[in-house]
Amino acid sequence: MKHVLLRHRDVPDIHKLEVYRKNGGYEAWQQVLKMQPADVIDVVKASGLRGRGGAGFPTGIKWSFIPKGAEEVYVVINTDESETGTFKDRELLERNPHQVIEGALIAAYAVGAKAIYNYWRGEYMDAAHECQAAVKEAYEAGLIGENILESGFSCDFYNHFGAGAYICGEETALLNSLMGYLGQPWSKPPFPAIEGLYAKPTVVNNTETMANIPPIIVNGADWYRQIGTERSPGPKIACLSGHVNKPGNYEVPLGITYRELIFGEAYGGGIPGGKAFKALLPSGGSGPIMIDEHLDVPMTFEGPETVGSVMGSASLIVMDETVNMVWATTKAIHFFHHESCGKCTPCREGTYWMEQLLHRIMEGHGTERDVRVLENVAENIGGKTLCALGEFARNPVLSSIKHFPEDYRALVQPSAEIPLAVAAD
Amino acid sequence: MSDLVSINVDGVDIEVPAGTTVVDAAMRADIQIPVFCHHPKLEPVGMCRMCLVRIGMPVRDRATGELLKEPDGSVQYNWGRTLQTGCTVRVAPGMHVVTNSAEAKDARDDIIEFLLTSHPLDCPICDKGGECPLQNLTMAHGGGTSRFNFNDKLTNDKSVPLGELIYLDRERCIQCARCTRFQSEIADDPVIAFHNRGRHLEIVTMSDPGFDSYWSGNTTDICPVGALTTADFRFGARPWELTPAATLSPHDAAGENITVSTRREAKSGGRVVVKRIMPRQNEWVNEIWISDRTRFVHHFAEAADRLKMPLVRKNGQLTPTTWDEALTLVAEKLAATGEQAAGLAGDRLSNEDLFMFQKLFRKALNKNNNIDLANKRLAGGDVTADVGIASGSNLGDLGKGDTIVVIATDLHEEVPIWWLRVKQASERGARLIVLNVRETRLDKHASFVMHYAPGQAIAVAGNLLEHDEEVATAVRDADNLVIFYGYEGLSYDETDALARTLGNLLLETEHVGRPNNGLIAVWPRNNTQGVWDMAVHPGLTPGYRADRNPGLDANAIYAGAESGDITALYIVGADPVGDGLMPGRGALDFMVVQELFLTETAQLADVVLPAQSWLERDGTFTNGERRVQRYNPAIQKVGDSRPDWQILAQVIEKITEGSEKTPFAASLVFSKEIAKSVRAYKDMDYRTLGQVVEQFPKVGGDDLYYGGTSYANEAGIGQQWSASAESKKPKKPFDVPELDVTRPAGLVLLRVAALYTPGTLNQYSELLHARMAKPTVMLHYADADQLGIADGMSLVLRVNGTELPATASIQDGVPSGVALLRGFAWRKGLESAEIVKVQTPITA
Ligand SMILES: Cc1cc2nc3c(=O)[nH]c(=O)nc-3n(C[C@H](O)[C@H](O)[C@H](O)COP(=O)(O)O)c2cc1C
Ligand code: SF4
Ligand code: FES
Repeated sequence: MKHVLLRHRDVPDIHKLEVYRKNGGYEAWQQVLKMQPADVIDVVKASGLRGRGGAGFPTGIKWSFIPKGAEEVYVVINTDESETGTFKDRELLERNPHQVIEGALIAAYAVGAKAIYNYWRGEYMDAAHECQAAVKEAYEAGLIGENILESGFSCDFYNHFGAGAYICGEETALLNSLMGYLGQPWSKPPFPAIEGLYAKPTVVNNTETMANIPPIIVNGADWYRQIGTERSPGPKIACLSGHVNKPGNYEVPLGITYRELIFGEAYGGGIPGGKAFKALLPSGGSGPIMIDEHLDVPMTFEGPETVGSVMGSASLIVMDETVNMVWATTKAIHFFHHESCGKCTPCREGTYWMEQLLHRIMEGHGTERDVRVLENVAENIGGKTLCALGEFARNPVLSSIKHFPEDYRALVQPSAEIPLAVAAD
Repeated sequence: MSDLVSINVDGVDIEVPAGTTVVDAAMRADIQIPVFCHHPKLEPVGMCRMCLVRIGMPVRDRATGELLKEPDGSVQYNWGRTLQTGCTVRVAPGMHVVTNSAEAKDARDDIIEFLLTSHPLDCPICDKGGECPLQNLTMAHGGGTSRFNFNDKLTNDKSVPLGELIYLDRERCIQCARCTRFQSEIADDPVIAFHNRGRHLEIVTMSDPGFDSYWSGNTTDICPVGALTTADFRFGARPWELTPAATLSPHDAAGENITVSTRREAKSGGRVVVKRIMPRQNEWVNEIWISDRTRFVHHFAEAADRLKMPLVRKNGQLTPTTWDEALTLVAEKLAATGEQAAGLAGDRLSNEDLFMFQKLFRKALNKNNNIDLANKRLAGGDVTADVGIASGSNLGDLGKGDTIVVIATDLHEEVPIWWLRVKQASERGARLIVLNVRETRLDKHASFVMHYAPGQAIAVAGNLLEHDEEVATAVRDADNLVIFYGYEGLSYDETDALARTLGNLLLETEHVGRPNNGLIAVWPRNNTQGVWDMAVHPGLTPGYRADRNPGLDANAIYAGAESGDITALYIVGADPVGDGLMPGRGALDFMVVQELFLTETAQLADVVLPAQSWLERDGTFTNGERRVQRYNPAIQKVGDSRPDWQILAQVIEKITEGSEKTPFAASLVFSKEIAKSVRAYKDMDYRTLGQVVEQFPKVGGDDLYYGGTSYANEAGIGQQWSASAESKKPKKPFDVPELDVTRPAGLVLLRVAALYTPGTLNQYSELLHARMAKPTVMLHYADADQLGIADGMSLVLRVNGTELPATASIQDGVPSGVALLRGFAWRKGLESAEIVKVQTPITA
């Protein structure tokens, strides 16, 4: 299959402007500069593209929220990519940076922004060289900057590095961090589209979302809709890791089943050593765990919902039969505790508490009651947090207790007062 | 007023102003949604998640806009996916809020449980224990036992100084950001902030000195737990041991309402002593804020060197004596002196004291009018009586369409709460015009700033409508116009001309006689207004009536004392010798001083009468907005001191041989004498001054919404008296005297105020010593260059034979040709001092 996003796999050296242009690069951009911004938004709307940052919000609709005629508008690319097991944005920016830059420029034109900020995960400092070189080339070629290609449209592009915080992937925390404030989310409203960066209307899109834009413009919305499903059109990069024979990024049409992705020869190629599959974290640490019987659902925004999970950023962490799910959950909760920004009570205190309980259980000092409390703490976080991080943190706990009560039971002392009566449903 | 929106909370229909948050709206219907991070004076953040409620909005048909109905015909509501934070959601028409459902209650229980997992539960030793919102809400929503393993508790630093005034207990902090938001949104001193993340989130200070703000103490009030405490109160007492007394700040002309909390304690010899000072709500005066000076400067009242006995000079020595002997002597001497007696009073005294003072001279001494304010810096009380800010005003109402002019004063240093409220008015959209010789803190918030040359204040004020079209429009077309004027860089006579010029501006632009319009004098003291109202003035009698036989004014009295024309002088609450106004006793035959301390003046007296400080007694002060306010005693009297009014009344009683009896209480001086003589006060008495009205936000109650973090006002909000222009417009403009305002050639010396100036009552509050303004001569670099003065150089100011040490500071903001003197107590002649360089020996 020819790649739409990971084009460097088909075209060597596409990170160079010359190569990118020879292969159709920046044609979309030239086309767009002759269009009305509203028409650009309409094309993106018609394509059905949904945000690749996890929540799947329709991108065209998001752009249309920017108030018409706003004087100062910003476009921000979310390259915070800090979700466990997610490494797709990095590959895109490292190997095929111009496509993301071009997508962001189109977004800027569509909403009338004069500046684009690409907010990088701090640890990606090294990976950013290619992108910075690409930006430089594009400036020199007059594709970014003042009066781009004599169109009268001007736009700048800045790479900015975060300090390495998962929460700064949340769009409002990202914007706070970008403005030099503490990386904490704010309570929405105001939504970034109305009051974002410097309190001005702002579009925040995931890196991969941006990479989808140029092909949509060049090939049209109908072409795009031929890929993927009705409600989840387009290609998606899945990040495969854990116990699979061939980990890595795979560009797949949305709608492929999880089983195909993990076991298909073109993809994961099954579990090493012929071991049995145990569990799948479908969205890094933050989505509810899926088990074998869930694997035939299609990977789309709505597919996993039927089995109580989510597609999220499509970072699949596969675990075989050797993995103790309490251990895996402890790892995940350690991450969320470490990354909780501390702004809201349930997340700040809840992740701390859950980690303490999990440690106690892991060390063999736990009782069934502790598992009950753990489950209840996770439940109590639900629906109360300021942003979704707290919600994410409940998922591994609740789903592991639900699907793998035996892993917990094996570690804890029975307690007479409150028996561990989980997984009853 | 803003539009009203009707919503329904727990089945109760209420109407609240648009823009109100759900939490505040519910509170207006007496439904308490518990909060931690929410503060009605701060922007919402929705951090603590305590205020979760279910909010439903009526559903409308997208196409038609019609309300959709349920099958049973009732309105259909969209109740949202989750509970929402009532503190971040603002009311909208038709909104339904459910606060008392099981899910909302469960949510609160859960949040409390989460908060307590990291809270140290050291309530038994916590300063906030007993008046702590977290404690209260735990009682209401917390479980009886903890599910959290105590060994897993996070421990943290319990005593982190954020500077020497405020301490942080990191374990107790619940990360609500009230303190940081107060500092950035209200105080505009964003010197504290969160650092780190997660459970390690901690409040840090970025300033040097730490927590560098005149408002820092307020954060300890609004902190919903015992995480922030003042060095003054920290571990000083338990809240339930405290007895609150409603009183007033004695420090400046705003008359901040405060509560002084006291305790009788063994370690203070069984005396009742002051433990802390906190704001008392008065939305017309100080809202719920006080400056740190008001909070921390009270120690002078309990100082060991307070005068405790009457003293009489015997064989050249001031010797303790009885009240009767002292008073008899004073009465005899004064009566015998007659016309050659004179009196000087200070402007810290209460209205009752000042009234008795003028009565002593006018009544007991037979129409002797030789009385005046001892230290006259700012004139214009007669002007504000006519066109002063009208009754019914509230600076908190000023905003869009209104204009505020501030001239010749530095509000941030002189009357901080006015700085704060003017700044907030400008943030609400009022145009602010700041005029001064130099840069002040308020410039930043102004829409127009002008730095005029020394002496040009009157001319600038007089030309305000000609100077700049935008300024002229802002002044002329303002919906409301308030003008503050002070005395920085001006002589007394110049301030008089300035007041009249500004009065004429108000008349010309018709900004008099209605609320939120008029003149405000930035008086140097808390009751300078009272000095005018009570007519401690040689040419006025109480109620601003001119006296046909004016007496000698202060200058003439000082000259008379020197020359012998005046032979007996009675000084109450003033230190003219210390202030450089009077070189010594001169040719005086008899001198009485009524004081708290043995001041330089008192040391020269024949009789020294120990007065009570404001903390030991009651009375009334009238603030710069002409609001008459009551204060109450907080501590026992020190030694055998007496209230000033009583001492004066007793002298009167003796002179009149009992025909004028000493009133039984200050309240009677007010109701029986002041209210009868001072026209503007005729409808006032202690009862009317003590009236309270409902104020919003509701603070200080035992409610769960905002309990324990400030004092509600149960003692009275005072009464603003009507300026004469409110009943009849003055027919003609004020006469403005022609003055020669040229300054002598060369460097112009100009004293500027500092909140913490050494040498005044401040010095008794050790806590503030490190924050005292250092005596500094601030120079423009060109002037410094010419004088050969380097930054940091030691200098001496030579003032009439006194030498005051100072340090040179070369600063950008100083206008050329001017030397700003900061950190010096007010002193006559300071501005004509000679600046001398000190040759410091070079040390190895
Ligand atoms: C805790 C948290 C972390 C997030 N991290 C990322 C991230 O690393 N990258 C990303 O694109 N979106 C992340 N998001 C989602 C963003 O808030 C936002 O929805 C997204 O950038 C929107 O882009 P899209 O519409 O293109 O998907 C995160 C959200 C949360 C709550
Ligand atoms: S110190 Fe007090 S006011 Fe400041 S964040 Fe902590 S709990 Fe809130
Ligand atoms: S979140 Fe509403 S009071 Fe804290």
